[in-house]
Amino acid sequence: MADTTQEAPLLKIAGLKRYFDVSPPLLNRILERQPRLTLRAVDGVDFTINRGETFSIVGESGCGKSTVARLIVGLYRPTAGSIVFDGVDMSGLQSRKAMAPLRRRQQMIFQDPYASLNPRWRVRDIIAEPIRAFDLIQGSDKVAARVGELLRQVGLSPVDGEKYPHEFSGGQRQRISIARALASQPEFLVCDEPTSALDVSVQAQILNLMKDLQRQLRLTYLFISHNLAVVYHISDHVAVMYLGRIAEVAPTRSLFSRPRHPYTRMLLDTIPDLDMTGRQRTPVAGEVPNPINPPPGCSFHPRCPFANHRCKREQPQPKQVDDALVACHGVEEGRLPPDTRPLTVAPSLTA
Amino acid sequence: MTAIAASVRRAIDSDLFHSFRQSPVTVGAAIVAIVYILAAGLAPWIVPHNTYEVSNLNLSNAFLPPAWTQDGKAAYLLGTDDQGRDVFSTILLGARVSLTVGVCAVLFAATLGVTLGLISGYVGGMVDSAIMRVADIMLSFPAILIALLIDGIARGVLPPETHTRLSIYVLIASLGLSTWVQYARTVRATTMVEKSKEYVMAARVIGIHPALIMIRHVLPNVLGPVLVIATIGLAVAVLSEATLSFLGVGVPPTQPSLGTLIRVGNNFLFSGEWWMAIFPGVALVILVLSVNLLGDWLRDALNPKLR
Repeated sequence: MADTTQEAPLLKIAGLKRYFDVSPPLLNRILERQPRLTLRAVDGVDFTINRGETFSIVGESGCGKSTVARLIVGLYRPTAGSIVFDGVDMSGLQSRKAMAPLRRRQQMIFQDPYASLNPRWRVRDIIAEPIRAFDLIQGSDKVAARVGELLRQVGLSPVDGEKYPHEFSGGQRQRISIARALASQPEFLVCDEPTSALDVSVQAQILNLMKDLQRQLRLTYLFISHNLAVVYHISDHVAVMYLGRIAEVAPTRSLFSRPRHPYTRMLLDTIPDLDMTGRQRTPVAGEVPNPINPPPGCSFHPRCPFANHRCKREQPQPKQVDDALVACHGVEEGRLPPDTRPLTVAPSLTA
Repeated sequence: MTAIAASVRRAIDSDLFHSFRQSPVTVGAAIVAIVYILAAGLAPWIVPHNTYEVSNLNLSNAFLPPAWTQDGKAAYLLGTDDQGRDVFSTILLGARVSLTVGVCAVLFAATLGVTLGLISGYVGGMVDSAIMRVADIMLSFPAILIALLIDGIARGVLPPETHTRLSIYVLIASLGLSTWVQYARTVRATTMVEKSKEYVMAARVIGIHPALIMIRHVLPNVLGPVLVIATIGLAVAVLSEATLSFLGVGVPPTQPSLGTLIRVGNNFLFSGEWWMAIFPGVALVILVLSVNLLGDWLRDALNPKLR
């Protein structure tokens, strides 16, 4: 970690926004006088990811973390903001041709291993698809050799390439998904909840495989999850997202031992833990507001125990607090009680 | 060789074949349909009388009743028509025309419908709206009316000899253009489901061209329902063809289909020569019924909710 911080970051995201038009159809708008509606899935997000690290984004469902992942790999076009990958702003690239060299260098691992592999394709064709698309290796026997090598790398056998996806378990499918992502020899992998559809025992295997591959291939991960135990296990930096914005970014140990943002504190309180049996814990109050019509001021203020008048009117901007970036008026004004806790996360996962 | 043997063994082991064997009605329908299709396909070589060779016809053989009646001749099993043609032979040759038109119309409609449905579902937005509004308009007319309209236009535009020569293609086109909507709607719906699945996203992340994603990834996954519609659609197309030919706008009389035979026989129904209309009618019913039964079975067998 320490030696990589001097280098230029691999990915730098600034002011990233993505709005979706969720208006009713034209006829309904005219006849029923309904207004146009915009869903602000991502509403101004900044962060940087250093080479070789694992950067995690956590948050509740619907906070926009998956949208950020899809914006980075180019599945969506940003409404505003920049995505600079290794010095090149990808949001400026228009044509498929211009995107291709960058696309080879970043790949994605998906959440649902049952939907992410085409059921009609043999595994060897699924894994070879990026190789053929980027024309990386010529000759079918050489491609087959590379596919075999990739399968072995993720802990499967080269003969598994002849099978169809339905012949594998969830964990094995996720290994195939990882092999496909590695096929184009990327530097950067976006992992959108790669373990949340798996059994707990299999989750640990996949996470350890990902850690091993990161060491061997010098990969950089953007890891999207709602599982704090998994995030604690794998990350170097963690960003907490709430309603399309980032509440807090901090190094993992700092975030888990000294959470600053009230939302981070609330999330950490929800982690089940043997030591906390019988102890009073703050229940998660309220729900995530509707991103079509977010509350004014700080979007967290309806659920925040420390909210005051300023929070209801003024949107907080991220400010540097020690080693963290926090967007909270209360933290900025120093009126929040300090919160330090022992690092007792991840009881269910053994490295 | 072993690969073929393995795939045959897999086919016999499959759920589909199992549910096929469980239903005696389906097995019966399949046997009837296969015999029928073979007989119709090989008709020019197996018919007892070549009824379209004018030199073979003898007017003294006209209006012969079926062989088992008093005046019947053993050589003419189902009797003869007003020109002295063997009814059994004309039915086989007519079924061949009917099946050809039906299969071609289904292939045409399926190709058109699947292509438009795939584009509509995958691209979405304005393209989707445009294609689906055209489909809605097509659906608001009865299929026979559209077919009559297209045939009428072709008759008006083309010179008469050209029209007679091309009438079978006009018929195929008009049947296809009036039935593609079903395929388009079904494929559009399944495409919209498949499009949001992560394997399509994985292909998009790699930067595969949308047309290739549609053909290689989405298409194989939306063809299941198309197979069912096509089977039932074949029965409907054969019936529609018979209807159009009965109305006199189908295939020319020199190449009669089952519908044409029924129309010609209809003229003699009340003068007592019932066999000229009844036997082609029975032949049509058997064909449509067996294909329909197969289609129904396929629909149920491929529906996971009914397993």
